[in-house]
Amino acid sequence: MLKRTIGASALALTMAGGAVAQDQSIIVQSTTSTANSGLYDYLLPIFEEDSGIQVNVVAVGTGQAIKNAENCDGDVLLVHAKPSEEKFVEAGFGTSRTDLMYNDFVIVGPAGDPADVGGMEDVQGAMAKIAEAGALFASRGDDSGTHKKEMALWGDTGVDPTAASGDWYRETGSGMGATLNAGIGMGAYVMTDRATWISFDNKQDYAIQVQGDEDMFNQYGVIPVNPEKCPSVNLEAAQAFADWLVSDDGQAAIGAYKVADQQLFFPNAPE
Amino acid sequence: MQSLGDALGLALSLVLSGDPDLFEIVALSLQVSLTATAVACLIGLPVGALVAIGRFRGRGAVLIVMNALMGLPPVVVGLLVYLHLSRSGPLGFLGLLYTPTAMIIAQTILIAPIVAALSRQVLEDLHAEYAEQFRSLCLTRLQTVQALLWDARYSLLTVGLAGFGRAVAEVGAVIIVGGNIDHLTRVMTTAIALETSKGDLALALALGVILLVIALGVNAAVQSVRMTATRQAYV
Repeated sequence: MLKRTIGASALALTMAGGAVAQDQSIIVQSTTSTANSGLYDYLLPIFEEDSGIQVNVVAVGTGQAIKNAENCDGDVLLVHAKPSEEKFVEAGFGTSRTDLMYNDFVIVGPAGDPADVGGMEDVQGAMAKIAEAGALFASRGDDSGTHKKEMALWGDTGVDPTAASGDWYRETGSGMGATLNAGIGMGAYVMTDRATWISFDNKQDYAIQVQGDEDMFNQYGVIPVNPEKCPSVNLEAAQAFADWLVSDDGQAAIGAYKVADQQLFFPNAPE
Repeated sequence: MQSLGDALGLALSLVLSGDPDLFEIVALSLQVSLTATAVACLIGLPVGALVAIGRFRGRGAVLIVMNALMGLPPVVVGLLVYLHLSRSGPLGFLGLLYTPTAMIIAQTILIAPIVAALSRQVLEDLHAEYAEQFRSLCLTRLQTVQALLWDARYSLLTVGLAGFGRAVAEVGAVIIVGGNIDHLTRVMTTAIALETSKGDLALALALGVILLVIALGVNAAVQSVRMTATRQAYV
């Protein structure tokens, strides 16, 4: 009996191990917005049919995605925090960084708009107003691309919101979707990328209050992981995926993806 | 507030629609958690039995540690397994990160202490009852362990179920070492976490209902095995 159990679990382990990625598969360490918005569900089948390369996406915050890639646990990095990405390449972890696409950040808030920022374009002005009113603001607080951007914008306003952490400034320490759920639950303003917001299903009475400032620009980049640092990387397949994303076909596919008739990502890879 | 009724209806229509993605996720959940439970029992039951009948220095400390390990936080287990299986970690050459095997390893570590600690209690109580008889028969330690494990088999099934319940319900460990990769390492709990973060609370809740029904099914199956066996024993 015992022998049979051991045999069965050994078999199950082998079977489970059998699902391990084959040669022609890569792991993409990605930001969450591209995954949660359904972009990959649209793009990847097209690429996989073209190339025969299977793409496995691990969607975490930009900060964690970069850490994971530095640990060699990915073949391609697709995130949105340009300064951190450039540091990643300079340190030798990535072969090269290419602009891929952009969209923008927005600040969403409850219909009541307690800080009266609805319709404002000047994002720093709006954030200063929120701080002054002491209106609730839910932050990612997780070192993600969105969080880094938010902190840079607070820096511009001269307000240090972390001094009010736990008071009107609420750091959830979680992903974009979880932060939106929490922010909406407590009636707080939230800064989010537009793609996540459009495809988010639990909006309740929330709407975009602040948008259109040039400083809210959100650039995504793609970086193949460097095999010199990480010998396990499948550079050929990783490069093929990165090349396809910035090719005419890939860029057209990114531009064609829509949710609720709205384009989520705007391709802008250099010619 | 979306109602529970909506979620129930959605759960039912998901199951009835025969969505292949859903069945893939359910099958992987069962495969990972049942395998982890089996491996955890293989490790935990003998350890529990040996500690139950053993009399050694520091036994009290071992009991405290065993019982404390039942409260291992899944996310900490996930992190430890990640650090070992990461390409930059000591076992990175195995290439196991982001595979179902990594998820099985993490869940096994999580529930083996539960199996060991609970079976230790069950077997120690039983041993107290039989100790004199065992001594009069001059049983070896191995024979004692075997007799105890066999005699307590139905109570130990419940111990196994406690381990399975913990494994199939946890999300913290598998999301770190599995990566929640579609068609590769996505299980019920990570799918629920994903749908919650997309704000699709009705779908998340519907998946939760299905997970509950699966747990119910596994428990019912074990219960029926147990009842059939007891009935036959008394015929």
